[in-house]
Amino acid sequence: MNRARIIWRKSLNIVMLSLTGVAAFGVVAVLFLILGYFIYNGGHSLNWAFFTQLPKPTGETGGGMANAIVGSLKLLFLSALFGLPVGLMAGIYLAEFGGKTFAYIIRYTVDLLNGVPSIVIGIFAYALAVQPVKHFSTVAGGFALGIMVIPITVRASEEFLRAIPNSLREGAMALGASKWKTIASVILPAASGGIITGMLLSLARVAGETAPLLFTALGNQYWSPGWSQPTSALPLMIYEYAISAYDDLHRQAWAAGLVLLGLVLLANLGCRLVMNRRGVRGV
Amino acid sequence: MATTATSMDRAVPPEAGPRSFVHRLRHGDEVAHVLTLMFAALILLVTSLLVFILWEKSHLSRAQFGWSFLWTSVWDPVFGHFGALPFIYGTLVTSVVSLAIAVPLGLAAAIFLAELAPRTLSDYIAFLIDLLAAVPSVIYGLFGIFIVVPLMRTTIGPALKHTLGFLPIFSGPNYGVGFLTAGIVLAIMIVPFIISVSREVLLTVPRDQREAAMGLGATRWEATWKVVVPWARTGVMGSIFLALARALGETMAVTMVIGNDPKIVASLFAPGYTIAAVIANEFTEATGDLYLSALIELGLVLFLMTFILNGLARLLILATERGGGRPS
Repeated sequence: MNRARIIWRKSLNIVMLSLTGVAAFGVVAVLFLILGYFIYNGGHSLNWAFFTQLPKPTGETGGGMANAIVGSLKLLFLSALFGLPVGLMAGIYLAEFGGKTFAYIIRYTVDLLNGVPSIVIGIFAYALAVQPVKHFSTVAGGFALGIMVIPITVRASEEFLRAIPNSLREGAMALGASKWKTIASVILPAASGGIITGMLLSLARVAGETAPLLFTALGNQYWSPGWSQPTSALPLMIYEYAISAYDDLHRQAWAAGLVLLGLVLLANLGCRLVMNRRGVRGV
Repeated sequence: MATTATSMDRAVPPEAGPRSFVHRLRHGDEVAHVLTLMFAALILLVTSLLVFILWEKSHLSRAQFGWSFLWTSVWDPVFGHFGALPFIYGTLVTSVVSLAIAVPLGLAAAIFLAELAPRTLSDYIAFLIDLLAAVPSVIYGLFGIFIVVPLMRTTIGPALKHTLGFLPIFSGPNYGVGFLTAGIVLAIMIVPFIISVSREVLLTVPRDQREAAMGLGATRWEATWKVVVPWARTGVMGSIFLALARALGETMAVTMVIGNDPKIVASLFAPGYTIAAVIANEFTEATGDLYLSALIELGLVLFLMTFILNGLARLLILATERGGGRPS
């Protein structure tokens, strides 16, 4: 064997394998880099006023994003209202009742819906909930987010229901319970922890969505009473402030970014830990 | 074959008939079945409605411009001329740039996680990478505007120009915002998808494949690169398609760093525009039905692109997980 060739192959082996390690740790480093930047830049600007005050008119310094925080909560509430029941019920259908062809079609559709770009969901919600009534509203924003909640909820519900051992179903039915009684009083409670985790995960995902809100919830400098007015939301404010020309607004965008990033990452951290411990790989 | 399977599949008890149906109805089984089925069907309905609305509401623009919408490049709301080419170009270029960065990086990281790292370490890193995938796109946009754009202007851009400036793609003025910046930010966003799907696929490659290669005297790298990766290549391709579909549809982060200028220029330093970005920027100010209709047609184009890619990705990943990408 050619000695030079062996040395070449061995060095190539070491170099390439080290590079793969560098790549893996490099990507992880990006996460910490982003986190670090947000904590550094946003931490400075985060104060009590941020949570309690309304935005100041452009050009004045100070003010906060109280209305955007409340707006985000309202939008999340609506998206949960629209999306979670549909997702859960469809998940139950797929796991407990589903036949072959129809269940396959539904699964495929769920995947398709999951892949639709969020801006297109925005167009859809605009056409259904804004155009007919001719004004932007919180409901339209919640509707857009609600659609995005569905796919992850369906998948999580189905997976966790399937993870329940069949002996539980058989046991309940052997005691004379009907199928739906088995599902409602044995299977669902057993899977509830996981399903709720999946739901939280889907809400955490839409909490950061901006594109579908641009022409549904629109944004608002003031409080948005009720459900039929345009409303602000944290991601919308981040976007608006980040592309503005004022340093003070940039400062606030970082602060809002830190709050949003913190919430989303914490929710994900918690949910994924629970999911991993249960041995079901999430979404 | 699939259609007949449905009726065969449901275990019908021998005494099935009207009486047993009523019996099951009383116990709520049929009600529950129909109820959950309705919700499942609702998803089907919503998705079909989405496609229908995109098609129907873009009617005006489709009637006016026909196929030429896709390859003309005048975008003039004032005179009502709409051509999508600069946006399609921008969308494709940013996606290709992001893939050029994310695929080698993601594949390398996936190889490390699947082949080299001990299982516990690999799981921890995969966990962190999943977290990276959960970061909202507006956060990446903010990071892009204030970190990547200045870096591009002062460091990356000049360095590229200095070394590779003779290539047309790395020439021309560098403003910091543009195709390359958008591509870099997109790459950061899609790399987690490539890593986590590729890692899963690589982990399904049977152990004896590696052992056989190494038994024949291959180094670890050779075993990985010439045996394991080719075995998993369909699945890896699937992960790339999945990532590409996400890159195409990504809106906020790109809108914030691409410069929003509908031009077709060879230079990657130049500002551009993407389909998603133009919808985000102009939708609320679209005056006139034709303008709105043209924007919705852009949405339709975007939807079709991601639809096709997602379908392909799904097929490829399924094919690998079923039987491995073994050359037949």
